[in-house]
Amino acid sequence: MITLTHFLVVGACLFSIGLYAVMARRNAIMVLVGIELMINAAILNLVAFGRYDTEHYGGQAFALFAIVLAAASVAVALAIILNVYKHHKTINPEDINQLKD
Amino acid sequence: MQALVFYAFSIIAIGSAIVLVSMHNLARALFLFFIVLFSVAGLYVFALADFVAITQILIYVGGVLVLMLFAFMLSNKTLLDQLQTGTAHFFALPVWQAILISASFLAILVYASLQLGAQQPAWIAVAEQEGTIIAPTDSTIQHIGIQLMTRYLLPFEVVSVLLMMALIGAAHLTRKEDTP
Repeated sequence: MITLTHFLVVGACLFSIGLYAVMARRNAIMVLVGIELMINAAILNLVAFGRYDTEHYGGQAFALFAIVLAAASVAVALAIILNVYKHHKTINPEDINQLKD
Repeated sequence: MQALVFYAFSIIAIGSAIVLVSMHNLARALFLFFIVLFSVAGLYVFALADFVAITQILIYVGGVLVLMLFAFMLSNKTLLDQLQTGTAHFFALPVWQAILISASFLAILVYASLQLGAQQPAWIAVAEQEGTIIAPTDSTIQHIGIQLMTRYLLPFEVVSVLLMMALIGAAHLTRKEDTP
């Protein structure tokens, strides 16, 4: 039998790896992948706790909402990254240091 | 047997995530992200959320990952020479600091999870006593559909409006300018 703690520990590992990617990588797409890893860890926790809620199915319903939100955010973020690449010719977040045209 | 498959899925997920964040080739890293998403979908099945697992494969693997590969192919001209450079640290921390911060975060999270195993919240204990846990034989899709259309109707509508806003915003951001 797989208990709740197993899921929480796996989610914690995925979240920390995503946090590392967000902090250490110098590529906007890899930073985005790190954010997606963190969102996946959160969804894993939602689903694991949602198992104990047969009345409202809150965990699974909000896991679905979170997946939809992540997809929307990825679409907008990639559009911004492509625009930034067109403007600065780089997607390294360190080199993007001005707001004006 | 069940636990064995669960451990296999979680080892695949965590292992390929670790390789992913330490990889210098972005295309390979994105294909490793593929594997991570698939194995996390397998973990959702173990939490008895089959519909969420299918949605994960459909939206993440089918949509998000293809979008990321697309953005990677449109922006990889300077990728190789910029990976070697980058000594000024404004946004990105040095590697050892990032490892330190995420390791301490991991320690806190694992400690909290183990505490939760020792003293469960009251509502989980009540659910276990009354037997209102999702069983492997339950069909969750029907319940999720009913709840989505009754109890969670407002979040559903809000999410749909937000999705439309994101779609319009993304299309607006990437459109060609009229004046060169």
